[in-house]
Amino acid sequence: MPKPKSITVPLSDEAIEDLRIGDAVLISGVVYTGRDSAHKRLLDALDRGEQLPVDLTGQIIYYAGPAPAKPGHPIGSIGPTTSYRMDPYAPRLIARGLKGMIGKGNRSSEVIEALQQYKAVYFGAIGGAAALMAKSVKNAEVVAFEDLGPEAIRRLEVKDFPAVVVNDCHGGDLYKEGMETYRRD
Amino acid sequence: MRTLNVSVLTDAVKTLCMEANYDLGDDVIQSLRTWKEKEESPTGREVLDKILENAAIAGKERVPLCQDTGFAVVFVEVGQDVHFTGGDFQEAIHEGVRQGYQEGYLRKSIVSDPIERKNTGDNTPAVIHTDIVPGEKVRVILAPKGGGSENMSEVKMMAPAAGIEGVKSFVVDRVRRSGANPCPPVIVGVGIGGTFEKCAQIAKRALLRPVGSRHSDPYYAALEEELLDMINRLGIGPQGFGGRCTALDVHIEVHPCHIASFPVSVNMQCHVSRHREVIL
Ligand code: SF4
Repeated sequence: MPKPKSITVPLSDEAIEDLRIGDAVLISGVVYTGRDSAHKRLLDALDRGEQLPVDLTGQIIYYAGPAPAKPGHPIGSIGPTTSYRMDPYAPRLIARGLKGMIGKGNRSSEVIEALQQYKAVYFGAIGGAAALMAKSVKNAEVVAFEDLGPEAIRRLEVKDFPAVVVNDCHGGDLYKEGMETYRRD
Repeated sequence: MRTLNVSVLTDAVKTLCMEANYDLGDDVIQSLRTWKEKEESPTGREVLDKILENAAIAGKERVPLCQDTGFAVVFVEVGQDVHFTGGDFQEAIHEGVRQGYQEGYLRKSIVSDPIERKNTGDNTPAVIHTDIVPGEKVRVILAPKGGGSENMSEVKMMAPAAGIEGVKSFVVDRVRRSGANPCPPVIVGVGIGGTFEKCAQIAKRALLRPVGSRHSDPYYAALEEELLDMINRLGIGPQGFGGRCTALDVHIEVHPCHIASFPVSVNMQCHVSRHREVIL
């Protein structure tokens, strides 16, 4: 695999345009966690015309709910959850400036279109390699919806968090192309 | 007759919850290592390497392999000459799960009502499958099951006329449609026969077999190998990024069925294949 690209959040349009499917990246900066319930609340807030509890402009949401942190660890094991459950919510957040999502599994055509229209990217993290990924998290704090427990929104400070570009802003889809490349009939 | 205090059961379940979530089985590790050499995709090799590194970290630091520490599925084989004392048998198991998930820093992922969806806060209740067997021993198998792979599972009531070709296309198609969702490489548990619920249950039991083991009946052993080959031609690869290693193994369990029925089930299991057992 070619050398991973180091990228820093917040992500600019230029940085996004530079990313292609299959690129290995190491992400540094701030990443917010959010799963189903947190997304629902974010969109409910938008519907009511309220401010979001976090400013998502240029930011990345990591679809993840960590295991409890052991004493002395900033966070417990933290790998991606399946992304399709967030598909109904993602396009609206992308339209409001969200630049990246980290998860696992296929996205809907609406999400993939939004990535192209608003220049954003979908990264795949390694499902199940959660103890390894926790090593990239230097700091973590709950910033919204604390009552949701593992599903609360956490602000993570990450250093060299490993991921792979699955859907880029050019319409590429690694899940499709990777499968085509290695399929044997 | 042997008397056993249920607190022994609680302690055993508690320990198994932690061990199962921290330590990846040697069979899976061996298989991942072999695949790391064979995988054609460079990204796929890199993923397998990270999965192995993850297992090393989790085992050493005693932290969960995956943040989804699963639904605690417990298989108990109770010798018919055992008499439990000191409390409720099922509650003793739930208590073991409660303690194991709390003390082991494992994630609590169970909601008490599927519609209301309020977290129970302690990962209980467990799903308990109890069998009464001859003897005076108690065998406890704990198999925490993650949601991502469980959600890609299916039971299909096929027509008997669908035959073996129907089984093959259903199983392979199930894996294809799952894509990256169940965190490949996966282990595929297949149940053939039984009733609706029995079929699902034997597919789950099939996942308890070590990776690399074959069915004792040569016919089904050959079918396991054929399905494994078909699945690994799909191209999904590690994490769905493309590659050869989509499944580490396929395990089939069969059961007699009704003259009118032909149930077939697929229980998907991610590479974080957790099951630990103890004999009391
Ligand atoms: S499918 Fe398995 S590896 Fe993937 S997130 Fe769920 S438990 Fe973890």
